[in-house]
Amino acid sequence: MNESLEKKRIRVVIAKPGLDGHDTGAKVVVHALKDAGMEVIYTGLHRTIDEIVKTALEEDVDVIGLSIYSGAHVPLSKKLMGRLKEEGITNKLVLVGGNIPQRDIKTLKDLGVSCVFPVGARLDEIVKFIKERV
Amino acid sequence: MKKSKSEELSEVVLESGIKVKPVFGPEDIKGLVYEKEIGQPGEYPFTRGIHPLMYRKRPWTMRQYSGFGTAKETNQRFKWLLKQGQTALNVAFDLPTQLGLDSDDPFAEEEVGRVGMAIDTLKDLEEAFADISIDKISTSLTINPVASVMLAMYLVVAEKQAIPWDQIRGTTQNDILKEYIGRGTWIFPVKPSIRLIGDMVDFCSMNVPKFNPFSVCGYHIRESGATPVQEIAYAFEIAITYIQEVLNRGLNIDDFAGRIAFNFDIYGNLWEQVAKFRAGRKLWAKIIKERFGAKNPRSMILRMIAGGGGGGLTIQQPENNIVRGAYYALISALSGTQTMALCSYDEAYTIPSKKAALISLRTMQILADEMGLKDTVDPLGGSYYIEWLTDKMEEKIVECMKEVEEMGGMIKAVETGYIQKEVSRQAYMREIKIQSGEITKIGVNKYVMEEEKADIELHPFNPEVAEEQKKKLKEIRALRNNSDVKETLFRLKKAAQTSENVMPFILNAVKSYATLGEITKVFKEVFGEFKEPVRL
Repeated sequence: MNESLEKKRIRVVIAKPGLDGHDTGAKVVVHALKDAGMEVIYTGLHRTIDEIVKTALEEDVDVIGLSIYSGAHVPLSKKLMGRLKEEGITNKLVLVGGNIPQRDIKTLKDLGVSCVFPVGARLDEIVKFIKERV
Repeated sequence: MKKSKSEELSEVVLESGIKVKPVFGPEDIKGLVYEKEIGQPGEYPFTRGIHPLMYRKRPWTMRQYSGFGTAKETNQRFKWLLKQGQTALNVAFDLPTQLGLDSDDPFAEEEVGRVGMAIDTLKDLEEAFADISIDKISTSLTINPVASVMLAMYLVVAEKQAIPWDQIRGTTQNDILKEYIGRGTWIFPVKPSIRLIGDMVDFCSMNVPKFNPFSVCGYHIRESGATPVQEIAYAFEIAITYIQEVLNRGLNIDDFAGRIAFNFDIYGNLWEQVAKFRAGRKLWAKIIKERFGAKNPRSMILRMIAGGGGGGLTIQQPENNIVRGAYYALISALSGTQTMALCSYDEAYTIPSKKAALISLRTMQILADEMGLKDTVDPLGGSYYIEWLTDKMEEKIVECMKEVEEMGGMIKAVETGYIQKEVSRQAYMREIKIQSGEITKIGVNKYVMEEEKADIELHPFNPEVAEEQKKKLKEIRALRNNSDVKETLFRLKKAAQTSENVMPFILNAVKSYATLGEITKVFKEVFGEFKEPVRL
């Protein structure tokens, strides 16, 4: 295959910020993205936002996905977006998944989250969204 | 050759991999000897139920999961639920409490009082049970790595209410192995965590004989992606691990096996679940009798809570979950559960609102009082299909247990991440099947509707709880005798470093108003923290 035509593999970090231990959704997404040919790093549970940003930088990812089921998605996303801004990182796609009520989706997007995939979202839509934008 | 009628029908295969024929008859169960394999209710091997008269004598205990914000708010909710006819309490703690963090810990930020009530010191638990006579109810404390501390607090609350410990009924969830597999509230490494469970069993068998020190949760393993067969098999392997720990201390199986409890999931195919529980009861009785040599029939009974199944609920068309909940209650009752905690229709979003909790409670009450579920024991017993399926489920569970044992048992399977990998792979397969329509979910992949983008009424979160808790904690730290606290924590540390039972030392620390965070810190210093094996 021609080197120049070969597209770089999309790199994604799927992260579990905070104290919430519900990781089934995050792991399902990891499997789906891997099957779609992406390079995926899963952080494991109980990560701080600082740790997640550090991993994202070290691993040079294109996409940061947060998975949150405790209800703390707005403050945690706000913190992440704030940290990214401080670091001057603007080239990464930020996605949020979990049990996100409809009413919070706009709030998250206003914070700069690219897209929200609540429980029940289709895996192929997540893949498509990432592939179209990275 | 002409195809028979049944070959033209589409194949039915249960999640556990069992093929179902369109019709079952006497020939399918002709090998089953009633006295040996099924037996009368209340008699070995307890397939039909653990009591001779089951609900005819007493309906299942109704115990909705509740707790949020401060202890005072939760106390109001408890009293309201009891007034509505609930017969026991099932306490939800917030995540910082479940992970042994005080409300003023930086890691607790944004989580104080969110998914349950915040407990920092004995003072909070005293307030949660104010004006509730805890000898009249049984209480389930849904907490795991720091269950020992919560049990100590609960026992001191009893002392303050002048209730002797031998009158205390309840359960600490306290199943750490399932936390590593699903649910994720772990703190310490596997072995010291199991030692803490052993200390509690040992302590309760002597001092709090009506209390269940742990409840093994197949529930969360199933929610994380396991099949019904794996749910039971893994739960039994976990229970066996705890039993081994206690036996190693020199206790006799009959000293404590009668206080082992289980927590199981209910979503999925109705018949498969009923057969799962009947098979589980039978197999558990055999394990306790044959493998561990129990003599007392009470040690052999599988006592359980069921009715939850958040994994089966949908965020789409959320009111449909009320109907699913009613079927879950029916399955639980047909399965002979001792306690029911029904998942509420808003569970796909958050902890139950007051309205959702009441609907769940009324669902169980309607079932018990209007539908005839109390009339006769194990009404499905004797059905060709159910008895055949019970037998098949037992075979499958035994096979699955063997796999875990061949790889060195549950501790090893969890430390290496084998079980976690297995269940997450299955969660993915299931999700793919739902998305392709192979598994039908009404409102998700069939009868999908353009929905108005509005949320149902949800439990509101009060961000002021954190400030309130922090203020209270500061006051307690100023008022308590801090040299007492230091002394009790020092003694606790010494005990944790040896093989001495830590329960009496935790009790002293709690009485001195040491915080949950301070006590947990002592354990972290001695035991270290769990390193999650991330294998996908």
